[in-house]
Amino acid sequence: MAFKTAVITFPGSNCDRDMAVAIEAVTGNAPTRVWHGDADLPAGLDFIALPGGFSYGDYLRAGAMAAKSPIMRAVAAAAGRGVAVLGVCNGFQVLCESGLLPGVLMRNAGQRFLCRTVELTVVNTSSPFTSGFARGETLRVPIAHHDGNYFADAATLEALEAEDRIAFRYSEPVNGSQRDIAGVLSANGRVLGMMPHPERAMAQAAHPSLGGADGRRLFENVVESLVSA
Amino acid sequence: MKVRIHVRLKPGVLDPQGRAVHHALEGLGFEGVEDVRIGRLIEMDVAQGTSLSALTNMCEKLLANTVIEDFAIETLSEETA
Repeated sequence: MAFKTAVITFPGSNCDRDMAVAIEAVTGNAPTRVWHGDADLPAGLDFIALPGGFSYGDYLRAGAMAAKSPIMRAVAAAAGRGVAVLGVCNGFQVLCESGLLPGVLMRNAGQRFLCRTVELTVVNTSSPFTSGFARGETLRVPIAHHDGNYFADAATLEALEAEDRIAFRYSEPVNGSQRDIAGVLSANGRVLGMMPHPERAMAQAAHPSLGGADGRRLFENVVESLVSA
Repeated sequence: MKVRIHVRLKPGVLDPQGRAVHHALEGLGFEGVEDVRIGRLIEMDVAQGTSLSALTNMCEKLLANTVIEDFAIETLSEETA
């Protein structure tokens, strides 16, 4: 059975092609490209990706406008049925603004746009995205964001910890995120939002400083856990 | 009907932008500035008689993110608008 995927494009998305290339590299099938104004997703999807970028120019708040676009109602419905949804960077901001994930991404504490490779520590290892990782394992994945400072109230943070819904932490403080949170899962573990870009870490470069393939493993985890499920 | 929506960061939510502006004011030699918090002012022209609950709904659904922001709705009379 073919693994069916879709990548959503909002006005201002700029990592949608990278995301599509990454998914095709791992699944062997090109994802369906879906425009934000569409009301419906293709039938029978296994996986939906919300890419990075600056949807609607970050008007109002990062991700706020995209979260209200027609396709997000369909994404929320699909997530409710258990379809795996990955939001990266602006996609994470959209998932928070849409209420599919708790919390919000605020301006980086240092006020600067951050563009570099960071080290992540794997926390959750039971979700479709993280099942192939070992708890405490470190990954190197690039970030590129101005609004990646994860904030949620204390009760929400406690619940995230208690329910094992923190997917990744930054190994050291990066952007002011509460508890160094870099990625968050939904209650059922089927929705992941993360600021780092796994689709930009898909192949081992000639020199380690030029990038690695740790991001690819996240996509492989998804295929492995959903196809064998 | 003119309406002003004031969106502010909740007390206790760190405002790095406000802090940077605070430092800049001090750098310019202004004294006695205790704190700076930056919010957003949204001015709207809405149909006469638009209810407070409708405006509140707009704030909660889109204009403010209530995880980190509070909002205040100010309805202006025609004379002051």
